[in-house]
Amino acid sequence: MVKCLESEGVSVIFGYPGAAICPFYDRLLDSDIKHILVRQEQNAVHAASGYARSSGKPGVCVATSGPGATNMITGIATAYTDSIPIIAITGQVRSDLLGRDVFQEADITGACEPFVKHSYLVKNTADLPRIFKEAFHIASTGRPGPVLIDIPIDMQTNEIESFEYPSKANIIGYKPNIKGHSVQIKKAAELIRSSSRPVIVAGGGVLSSGVKLKLVDFAVTTGIPVVSTMMGIGVMPSEHRLYLGMLGSHGKGVANRVIHESDLIIVCGARLGDRAVAAPDQISERSKIIHIDIDPAEIGKNIKTTVPIVGDMRDIMSRLADAVGEYHVSPMWDDTIERWKKDLFRLPKEFDGFVEPRSFVAKFSHMLPSKAILVADVGQNQIWCANNFRIKEGRFLTTGGMGTMGYSIPAAIGAKFARPEREVVVICGDGSFQMGMNELGTIAQNNLNIKIIVMRNTRLGMVRELQKNLYRGRYSATFLDENSPDFMKIAQAYHIPSVMASSNEEAEKIAAEMLKHDGSFMLVCNVSPDTPSI
Amino acid sequence: MKHTLSVLVENQAGVLSKISGLFSRRGFNIDSLAVGVTADPNISRITIVADGDDYVLEQLEKQLNKLIPVIKVKAFESGSYLSRELSLIKVNCTASRRPELIQIAEMMHAKVIDAAVSTITLEFSDTAEQTEILMNLLRPYGIREIVRTGTVAIEKGNSSVSVQSGS
Repeated sequence: MVKCLESEGVSVIFGYPGAAICPFYDRLLDSDIKHILVRQEQNAVHAASGYARSSGKPGVCVATSGPGATNMITGIATAYTDSIPIIAITGQVRSDLLGRDVFQEADITGACEPFVKHSYLVKNTADLPRIFKEAFHIASTGRPGPVLIDIPIDMQTNEIESFEYPSKANIIGYKPNIKGHSVQIKKAAELIRSSSRPVIVAGGGVLSSGVKLKLVDFAVTTGIPVVSTMMGIGVMPSEHRLYLGMLGSHGKGVANRVIHESDLIIVCGARLGDRAVAAPDQISERSKIIHIDIDPAEIGKNIKTTVPIVGDMRDIMSRLADAVGEYHVSPMWDDTIERWKKDLFRLPKEFDGFVEPRSFVAKFSHMLPSKAILVADVGQNQIWCANNFRIKEGRFLTTGGMGTMGYSIPAAIGAKFARPEREVVVICGDGSFQMGMNELGTIAQNNLNIKIIVMRNTRLGMVRELQKNLYRGRYSATFLDENSPDFMKIAQAYHIPSVMASSNEEAEKIAAEMLKHDGSFMLVCNVSPDTPSI
Repeated sequence: MKHTLSVLVENQAGVLSKISGLFSRRGFNIDSLAVGVTADPNISRITIVADGDDYVLEQLEKQLNKLIPVIKVKAFESGSYLSRELSLIKVNCTASRRPELIQIAEMMHAKVIDAAVSTITLEFSDTAEQTEILMNLLRPYGIREIVRTGTVAIEKGNSSVSVQSGS
């Protein structure tokens, strides 16, 4: 197993040991592969996700059988909905005891069935090299996703005659379609050329396929404005004239307005989930839709498509740009959008004695180096970041599909191991912080330089907002204790310096010092519970 | 609307649970599902009869194709395939009713494979529709038990659903 990982060029893995995975951990001692001990198995998967998204290579995480494996499920499901390439390795009880409910036995391949791209239960040690080769191939090609390898302890200790790592995976039922169909590309180009109010919707697929520069080129040459899904944030610098922000129920007014008024929507690597487009039928009645995706099952699933193109965007984007040739959107469309941008812009309302998180995030993003990685958690903090972080050449990492609270801190750890030279910043709420704060231990133990900003409103803000708007202000179970925890003391327990701020001026001053500090740092911003998400 | 799909899969542990799990979690309705090995022992064929509109059928095909052990999915167009289902039917049958039942069996091309003092057991192999007709004829006598294999189907003419074939 260790040799397989070495053959795949794996240099760092995230995990938590246990009896059923001990043979693997024993061999790991003799390898150059760095193992990062997390504080809970779910976070090993999130860390692998942050690593994968920042490095472009599959992230690897390891846990033991039973509870170790079941703890991973939420992380695996998160990676699945976010389409992140992950190899999850779990120890399992001895193969001859499978099905007898022995200590720490859980049917993890069965339990993960709906959340993995594929899974293996190893029944023959000699199959290990082939299985690892296939797993890495499946996870990282086509639409990326998690692959689970469940390995009974005897499969870890059995000797095999000779070790040979296959150079290629050959899976009869898995041949992802890479090349876009020429006829479809031609049809799409014709649609674009005959449109007057087109818009591009860019999703996470644009980032995972690494075509964002090509997409920007295409947008600039044609003048087609770009909106992104939450997973697509970062496809274009936020302040680019053609970038209109995130669409959807928590998105920018101008982005949604443009979608509704357009005559052609070019969907690139996005599935258009319910949070992005609430009423897809209305949209497809008004505008034509080009849908480019590597996963054929996404086409026609959520929205009716005029021209589908299945394939890898790396191939399709440049061919589509060539096929479109000289074209520019009508100046009217351009002017209208500029006007909407101004009309729909609103300054956030401030509350005395609190940090205004939206204007702070905007200001803070300009203090960051241009390639910084910002990891947002889930809740109001996520929306504040998605709409106000001014991304340049860096990354914005968050979980858009599953929306798993507690994602940010472990994902930032993974991102830091992938990109140690970059500034990595976490922005989370006090609710989500408390779901991931056990990983401060991992940060401290590895002397990681990760900056953490906690937006503290002593509420579960997102749900509270929902209760305010839809449940007549009957707040149920959304109040967090105002007295505990003492965030300063928690940071102190892990030897992480921390400061609290109660105004934007204060917060900006501390943030500037924080960025100068070499090492991890925590800034706690007191935020009014009445600050809305958008 | 009923759809008949022929699915080739790698003959490995857990394939059936992957497919049946997919149906339940995506809310597809299965009428019948029949599994058997093909001429190549490494590959099994699953014939699925499912209910749903065109959107459901399209998603069904695409989601099945996403499963790694699934090699090929073919949805048969109506009229382009032959289908059969094997049924074993045990019917209440006193001595006086025996000639009537044998007559029904002969008329429908069902085979009498067992008889006892108060029952008779028929073997019937035909389409699901024909099976329904036979059951309607037998119901007045009292069907004790019916065991159906689920539909298996094959394309008409020269075309076939195989790993190599382009269709």
